[in-house]
Amino acid sequence: MDELLNDFIAETRDMAQALSGAIVAWEAAPGDRERLDEIFRFVHTVKGNCGFFDLPRLEQLSHAAEGALAQVRAGGRVPDTALVNAVLAVIDRIGEIVEALETGESPASADDSPLIAALSSGPAAQPTAEAADAPEPETKRTIRSIRLSVDLLDRMMSGVSDAVLARNELARRLRDAPRDVAIEAAFERVSACIAEIREGITRTRMQRIDSLFSGLPRMVRDLSAELGKQVRLDVDGGDVELDREMIEMIRDPLTHIVRNAIDHGIESPDERVAAGKKAAGTLRVAARQAGNQILIEVADDGRGIDGDALVRTAKAAGLISVEQSERLTPAQKIALVFTPSLSTAAEVTAISGRGVGMDVVRANIERIGGVVDIDSKPNQGVRLCIRVPLTLTIIPALTLSAGGQVFAVPRSAIDEILRFASVRIDRVGEAEIATVRDRRLPLIGLAALLGVESAIPREEQKIVLLKPAGGEVYALAVEAVHDHEELVVKPAAPAVMAAGLYAGTTLADDGSPILLLDPSGIAKRAGIVFSESDIDRALHDDTIAAEAARETSLLLFRGLDGGRRAVPVALVERIEDVPVEAIGFSAGKLRVAVGARILPLVGCDAAPAQGKLRILRLTDGASEIAYGFAEVIDIRALVLDLQSASAPGEIAGVALIDGAQVEMLDPHWLFAAYGDEPAAGSDSSVCALPAGDPWIDNMLRPLIESLGYRIARAGDAADIVIALEDDDVPAHPKIVRIRASAEGEGGIYRYDRAALIGALSAAKGTAHG
Amino acid sequence: MAELLLIARLAGRRVAFPAARVEAVVELESITPAPCAAPHVAGLAALRSRVLTVIDGLAALELSRETAAAARDAIVVPCDGHTYALIVEEVEDVVEADGPLAPLAAPVGAGWERVAIGTVAVDGELFLLVDPHLLIAGPAVQAA
Repeated sequence: MDELLNDFIAETRDMAQALSGAIVAWEAAPGDRERLDEIFRFVHTVKGNCGFFDLPRLEQLSHAAEGALAQVRAGGRVPDTALVNAVLAVIDRIGEIVEALETGESPASADDSPLIAALSSGPAAQPTAEAADAPEPETKRTIRSIRLSVDLLDRMMSGVSDAVLARNELARRLRDAPRDVAIEAAFERVSACIAEIREGITRTRMQRIDSLFSGLPRMVRDLSAELGKQVRLDVDGGDVELDREMIEMIRDPLTHIVRNAIDHGIESPDERVAAGKKAAGTLRVAARQAGNQILIEVADDGRGIDGDALVRTAKAAGLISVEQSERLTPAQKIALVFTPSLSTAAEVTAISGRGVGMDVVRANIERIGGVVDIDSKPNQGVRLCIRVPLTLTIIPALTLSAGGQVFAVPRSAIDEILRFASVRIDRVGEAEIATVRDRRLPLIGLAALLGVESAIPREEQKIVLLKPAGGEVYALAVEAVHDHEELVVKPAAPAVMAAGLYAGTTLADDGSPILLLDPSGIAKRAGIVFSESDIDRALHDDTIAAEAARETSLLLFRGLDGGRRAVPVALVERIEDVPVEAIGFSAGKLRVAVGARILPLVGCDAAPAQGKLRILRLTDGASEIAYGFAEVIDIRALVLDLQSASAPGEIAGVALIDGAQVEMLDPHWLFAAYGDEPAAGSDSSVCALPAGDPWIDNMLRPLIESLGYRIARAGDAADIVIALEDDDVPAHPKIVRIRASAEGEGGIYRYDRAALIGALSAAKGTAHG
Repeated sequence: MAELLLIARLAGRRVAFPAARVEAVVELESITPAPCAAPHVAGLAALRSRVLTVIDGLAALELSRETAAAARDAIVVPCDGHTYALIVEEVEDVVEADGPLAPLAAPVGAGWERVAIGTVAVDGELFLLVDPHLLIAGPAVQAA
């Protein structure tokens, strides 16, 4: 019986949580039948269940709410604010009682009769035709699921980790023992099973970020009501999956950010109207996955952060000197919001003035390996972007050694691995500078930094270029680079973390512990100063020139035609080498397939004959274009003195950098001309498809059209022919065969999207080139 | 029931640990150093799939910075979500205390003062009762 009751409690709590969004939506649109039904179902379920458990208070409450809602459903009553509030109050009370049941305490509020009375009063309404005619809603499909305790999952996880280690040990023993094919086959099977279980367990740790977002509508509703503000909440990306632990770690910071946005960001309706904005403010919360990171963006359209006010407060509090305050860039001023014990709120309010500042938000996010960026425009609002790793537990890493000891480095931070001989090293004072393809990077010797003896001579060492999150690239000298591994990382003990160099501990395949290095911690300890965005460092750094505020960080590179060009670093998402096969000419433009995406390719007239093309991936935040180039010259922070070009085009103008003329790209023109333009046109390549196959029509055709192909009409000459595995098609130079199963030879598996896109764009290149 | 005590030799003295705080007694095979960590951290060791943070009992007492190379006996102590292995010179036995904890009757020396919670008698012999969590916290706590 106890177990059943626990299930009931957990289920009711989850349902109530999931429901809060529906209630707010219902309040905004009381005619919304679907929401009404959802709420009705909840109270109905609670009523049904608690009759079974003998919980009279819950039964009374849910019965009363059910009655009132049934009236609304039947059209006998109009859901007005009083009713919505009454229903909300009842649902809250249900939650309270359920929580009390769980903890075994008696609920704080004992008298339910005012709540029930509030439900029953209210004007009766004319039955409306719409409500009366509304069909009975489909009952929700039931999903087969069970409840598990988190402890059990964690135990399974560590059990699987043990199994993996045992398997590795066994693999080593087998390698040393005489070969026995039968045993090896059995071992392979065990191995595959363990890998599968491990993947499954890892998946169970993932949770939709929805569970984090579902509480927001209610919170926004309550807060805005309390503050007399109107806020429209726009939530997006709830289906992004994230490690369960990670979601818990983000919950408080996110709540705090949202509270801040409503309390300090969004103005009162009067103020907004006076400023020429809509009376209702908009708060946008969106999540998306970008590689192995999750981005959570919270943006409001309120008054923004007053950077100068922050500077004044910081000066008054003695946190920065007058001299320092004068050198701050606008971005640095806004970033002051993260300084401990600094609050912009003129007066502390009950909502966000609870002694938890943005500094705590940042500290919490950074503790889980995340980054917080803030951007604010006066009168247009604040945009906060939280970036966190996908999972806390398993990260891809590279193992390397220093002083004879093995360490791991997160693969996400690794830019490149080089031999010592291929790098020029200059000793500048006590520091060493590595020059890699004309890029000057500080060089840190890992063994020396850790205070251990290097086991092998310098010349045989390797150099790893690291780019810590939010920092700049530096070179790390290590004795050897071993292997890529997926490591199960656990936090290290505080006494170890105190070194500031480690991000956690993990176990190697042979069961020995490995320390995971923290790339930004290493940079910090080595005293490398960079990253103009980092306010803490900038404040303590006296070398920043007064002109820094006007400087732009530029990437200097040599174009394919040999010309020296530059582009703001902020626009460069990454630098990549793409095989020429990925480049194709379609819809009048060169395009390049990068991963599963096709980007317009600029900077060259045709694909090189063979080998690889190096591209800059430029982004304006929404769309992306690729720019082909020959080599990177340098990254420089400069105050630009630009001689404008005579006509608008790819080049905005010419600047003098190190005595040489450098053409500045005009990113605006590039994006206007190439970014995100609908792929269509009279010179589209033509693609012939097999007729009458539903998969082709529904799945493949949209993909092909999105790549800029036109589908052949009868009698059209086609540039490329798509055929099914066993179709007979007339001979054609470009036939792409699609096979239905993942295994098999010849052709492309129908869901291998990357291969399809690659084949299609490669075909385009030859069709026109 | 009288409290169970684990008697071990640490820094040449026989001391008692509350057995309830000790998860296991292990012999460490190898210790991976953790450079730049707090001075009383000897390194890391693995116990099945768990990583243990190895605490050098001598350094934690600030009696000596050198770990006796032969000392590999350690008591496993969970603390604040992490598991530690506390190196001692020798683990002797688990015994029952004669009576309740008694306060320290005399100054026991700077290092010991910080980690001792009192004295306890076993078969008439008096032992210093040491809180392993205080040893794990290390000398830094004193400074704070």
